[in-house]
Amino acid sequence: METLNFDLDVKPLREVNQFLHGDASGLNGKKVVIENPNGAHNIAVGLKSEVDVTIKGHAGYYAAGMNQLAKVTIEGSAGSGVAENMMSGHVHVKGFASNAAGATANGGLLVIDGDAGLRCGIALKGADIIVGGSVGSFSAFMAQAGNFIILGDAGEGLGDSIYEAKVFVRGTVKSLGADCEKKTTSAEDRKILADLLVKAGYADVNPDSFQQYGSARTLYHFHVDNAGAY
Amino acid sequence: MSDNPIHKTPQTTPRQSATFDEYTNSEIRRAAATGIYDIRGGGSKRKLPHFDDLLFLGASVSRYPLEGYREKCGTDVVLGTRFAKKPIHLKTPVTIAGMSFGSLSGQAKESLGRGASAAGTSTTTGDGGMTQEERGHSTTLVYQYLPSRYGMNPDDLRKADAIELVIGQGAKPGGGGMLLGQKITKRVAKMRCLPEGIDQRSSCRHPDWTGPDDLEIKIAEIREITDWEKPIYVKIGATRPYFDVALAVKAGADVVVLDGMQGGTAATQEVFIEHVGLPILAAIRPAVKALQDLGLYRNGKNSVQLIVSGGIRNGADVAKAIALGADAVAIGTAALIALGDNDPHLEAEYNKLGTTAGAYDDWHEGKDPAGITTQDPELMKRLDPIKAGHRLANYIAVMTMEAQVVARACGKSHLHNLEPEDLVALTIEASAMAQVPLAGTNWIPGITKF
Repeated sequence: METLNFDLDVKPLREVNQFLHGDASGLNGKKVVIENPNGAHNIAVGLKSEVDVTIKGHAGYYAAGMNQLAKVTIEGSAGSGVAENMMSGHVHVKGFASNAAGATANGGLLVIDGDAGLRCGIALKGADIIVGGSVGSFSAFMAQAGNFIILGDAGEGLGDSIYEAKVFVRGTVKSLGADCEKKTTSAEDRKILADLLVKAGYADVNPDSFQQYGSARTLYHFHVDNAGAY
Repeated sequence: MSDNPIHKTPQTTPRQSATFDEYTNSEIRRAAATGIYDIRGGGSKRKLPHFDDLLFLGASVSRYPLEGYREKCGTDVVLGTRFAKKPIHLKTPVTIAGMSFGSLSGQAKESLGRGASAAGTSTTTGDGGMTQEERGHSTTLVYQYLPSRYGMNPDDLRKADAIELVIGQGAKPGGGGMLLGQKITKRVAKMRCLPEGIDQRSSCRHPDWTGPDDLEIKIAEIREITDWEKPIYVKIGATRPYFDVALAVKAGADVVVLDGMQGGTAATQEVFIEHVGLPILAAIRPAVKALQDLGLYRNGKNSVQLIVSGGIRNGADVAKAIALGADAVAIGTAALIALGDNDPHLEAEYNKLGTTAGAYDDWHEGKDPAGITTQDPELMKRLDPIKAGHRLANYIAVMTMEAQVVARACGKSHLHNLEPEDLVALTIEASAMAQVPLAGTNWIPGITKF
């Protein structure tokens, strides 16, 4: 497979992103390596073809933001909003991720091998997120749909005001947010969990070692008895 | 005792309290009965210092007017000259403010698109994403990028002619949107990825950035994704306009949209609408000052344009907003009225809803007899998008012509040549807020001595 190398020390990011926005027929199946990212923001944002991009180092904010179809691997850590609003494709952070990882993502798979910061999976809209480490406070805040798997621990306020997203935590949860409660994992959900673990490269992790969380659905309609939770 | 009435103890006329007036008492009773705050649509209904408190000084001996019907008075506006490869060119400075599909029916969105396109101006999406009705009928469509990101996807971002990053709106600066269950139909729920029929609460903050430095990176991300083609607007509710405009500009905005508290919302708490934010009259001059201090006010290509909204009703308001420094205005409530909202011919139906034409604001209940602020299929059918679009186009044309009438009277060959020096204020409050002299004096409170 043909590999193209871009060195951000010499090539402006604008030109790299412009290239990556090119016609899908010319990019599908291509491998692109981005060297010397040095924490630059907005690397590989808005991709819309089946291109395979590897970022050799740390990325800044919004790496792989709004991704469609592409596979993006970050061989380092990622700043805030990695894979935010992803629609499809696959984003893999081999290091840690900062705040709001996978925010509002609609589809595709986000894998973070290390820890993730605050608000991971905030307003999740259908994507799948797997975090190998722990996640910070307010993760899965108002998460609407999708599956969110945390192999480590979760901080405070997990799943506050959550809608229909499914959250699976293997470690401890410091506290649950408003309207988030423990759920019994159905056979169907166990299969989703097991399949995603395999897909994300965590086939050796036992799906039965997770506690599932989701919405108690008590805040779905305004009611005076819930005033304290609004 | 005498029967003569003059010898009876006189009684005073029953007097209602100005503080505990009829509306206030009714709200106390409503709150006591339900235990939850009042929710409604629209903008502030209280009397506020507004454009009616300003007057133009027409030409006379010291100024030379333009001939009303023969001499040119330009109305066009270019938005997004600062960074975008493809700035927007509009024939009129009257644009359509962001209003969502969900809060409005598909027919209403189509009507707005048809009317705006015929008038040579833009429409704007809202919370919940872009519909085919609106994209298909809007020659120029501004795509809102909101905290909830409901319905947000990069394909629609690329289809837009400009992108409006919404930080707040005048009706509820600091608050998120609401869309109650009656309007979360199957289609709306699918677009927003929500369970059907729930009471939706939108976020008040963006999920993936928190401050102005982050905002700068966020704007850069959107520019990268759209290859620097589209103008990027930043919309703010009027609260601290000098600082908020300066920070939006620092973050990279091409255009700032400034919305006063008269600007409408689909639904939020009454207390929010009436008690948070500034009337637009008080916000324009500080916003313009911020642009001037940054060297970005009407400075050729290196300019940030200012769009103001909140209670714009006629050509005089348009001209006054522009004279105070706006490049364009946006209308929301007025556009809905032009489509047929709150029309007296529906009085009997408004009465059935416990209200009257002109006062109907329970838009969140989805029972709008005009078929505009509803998702009820039967009610929606009542709005004919072709006729409603035609009414809107007529209305925008009238506003534009009215603004030209005033501008020509002031001797201006383009609406943008209007300036604060063309205005005086009728009240001390308006004088201080708009920073123009009290009529008949040279006094501007806080700036000049009486």
